[in-house]
Amino acid sequence: MNLEEYKGVYVFAQQVDNCINSIAFELIGKGKDLAADLGTEVTAVLVGSGVKGLADELAEYGADKVIVVDDPELKEYRTEPYAHALSSVIEKYKPEIFLVGATAIGRDLGPRVSARIHTGLTADCTQLDIGDFPMTPVPGKETKHNQLLMTRPAFGGNTIATIACPDFRPQMATVRPGVMQKKEKVAGAKANVEEFNPGFTPNDNYVEILEVVKAVSETVDIMDAKILVSGGRGMGNPENFKMLEELAEVLGGQVSCSRAVVDAGWKPKDLQVGQTGKTVRPNVYFAVGISGAIQHLAGMEESDIIVAINKDETAPIFDVADYGVVGDLNKIIPALTEKLRAELANKN
Amino acid sequence: MKVVVCIKQVPDTKGGVKFNPDGTLDRAAMMTIMNPDDKAGLEAALRLKDEYGAEVTVLTMGLPKAKDVLLEAVAMGADKGVLVTDRVLGGADTWATSQTLAGALRNMEYDLIITGRQAIDGDTAQVGPQISEHLHIPVISYAQNLKIEGDSVIVERQYDDRYHVLKAKMPCLITALAELNEPRYMTPGGIFEACTNDEKFTTWGRADLKDVEDSNLGLKGSPTQIAKASDKVRKGAGEKVTLDPAEAVAYIAGKLKEKHVI
Repeated sequence: MNLEEYKGVYVFAQQVDNCINSIAFELIGKGKDLAADLGTEVTAVLVGSGVKGLADELAEYGADKVIVVDDPELKEYRTEPYAHALSSVIEKYKPEIFLVGATAIGRDLGPRVSARIHTGLTADCTQLDIGDFPMTPVPGKETKHNQLLMTRPAFGGNTIATIACPDFRPQMATVRPGVMQKKEKVAGAKANVEEFNPGFTPNDNYVEILEVVKAVSETVDIMDAKILVSGGRGMGNPENFKMLEELAEVLGGQVSCSRAVVDAGWKPKDLQVGQTGKTVRPNVYFAVGISGAIQHLAGMEESDIIVAINKDETAPIFDVADYGVVGDLNKIIPALTEKLRAELANKN
Repeated sequence: MKVVVCIKQVPDTKGGVKFNPDGTLDRAAMMTIMNPDDKAGLEAALRLKDEYGAEVTVLTMGLPKAKDVLLEAVAMGADKGVLVTDRVLGGADTWATSQTLAGALRNMEYDLIITGRQAIDGDTAQVGPQISEHLHIPVISYAQNLKIEGDSVIVERQYDDRYHVLKAKMPCLITALAELNEPRYMTPGGIFEACTNDEKFTTWGRADLKDVEDSNLGLKGSPTQIAKASDKVRKGAGEKVTLDPAEAVAYIAGKLKEKHVI
């Protein structure tokens, strides 16, 4: 493998029902930073049926080039034709970096593609940098420059590892949604759009879709929520959770709770965060009226941002909170909901 | 019908996380368990045994002590267990691990391979799909429901906002979610079976893997390499402010804006 042949940062622009997933813009945003370090460009790979019209949107978020693989076989996501599309793009264009969102689709597609083209894949990255490998010189070992350094949590978030893929190309990573920042949208920006179709011949690996069910399941999985508004015993009574539901709704989040709330019968067990409940890792975790017993902390301390509101200034929750407010939740929460509703209305 | 379930022995990070005084993970003090998604995969296989008389073999790769999960699986009702263990297989990333397991599977008969979606120690969710690629068989990951129809499996495959009902011709590979079912307990008879019938267990080394090159195994065969690993520094306290409600609202909204949440 001649590593020098591989150039450019490529990202998989995931779309479902011809609507681009936000992760695509996030990957372009991060890709721009990496490309700047490497002196190269960002190419978005758009795969689907009748999707060419979406290329402009990718350009507006910063893609320099868009490769469109458009075929009726690609209408709904299926592992095999999508893996064929991406591996064919990689074989033809030889990118040095290929990023995929760590979504339910990307975490299925990434491994199949990396196995087909024989390269490494680092899962669920939360940080990507360009740097040397080894990071500090090791006697007797060649230092390789301009490597993709991929950082990810492991062991349930208890360890952090930085991974490199020095001898294979492309360097592939799936990237956790909601972590990378998209660039400011530039209306009217255009990219160089290129169509490419490697040909799709169904075989036994093309599974048959019997049905597509878009129904949202009745019970929301709090582990999937990007924003959680969690209430504890300090809420006082089950009716007060209405305040949290409104705040969650404004932010597009979900309500969860502590064990005390489940034990009191105020909320069902599947909303419980903590050692005997669920381990959550949202972008933002609001701990409202939660004292923060160690068993609760074990289930949420990996959240990216923790906001705690509690009237007891000695509550242990403040030991892990990024932003702790000592105050009366009954007054703060409704006012906060109104404030955020107004801010978001302004923005749109 | 023959089903092979790939299972992994993992440290119990959920519920029993223990730390050293310096805040690092105390691995020695942690129990090992059968990975939860794999256990759901095993349960799905055992239901196929109950319903169709499927023969269920469990396959694991690891240190010799990983045989414990095979014993547990047989005590739950699996028919046979295969442990792949060899010094040269150590330090494998997902590429080398999937190559190893594919090499073992080429020596086994299967209509269906079931793996867990992901292991709770690595959380990669890569090995299942990678095995299917090496064996050139279809994969359906994130299975939340599973049934057999003739020579095909019909699976509900979960996505973020929907599920697909998919039909794949066997042989194929399925990755199971812990939500797939409630795994059964070991039975006293099963434990007796597992502990007294050593012929149910086979141990394979490098030489027993079929059609795999040395360059694809172990640490040397792993395309990804660890540049740095650290036990995570436990997050310390951030800011703590005492404010009246109006100020508190402005403070929180300001922070959310600063962090691009709104």
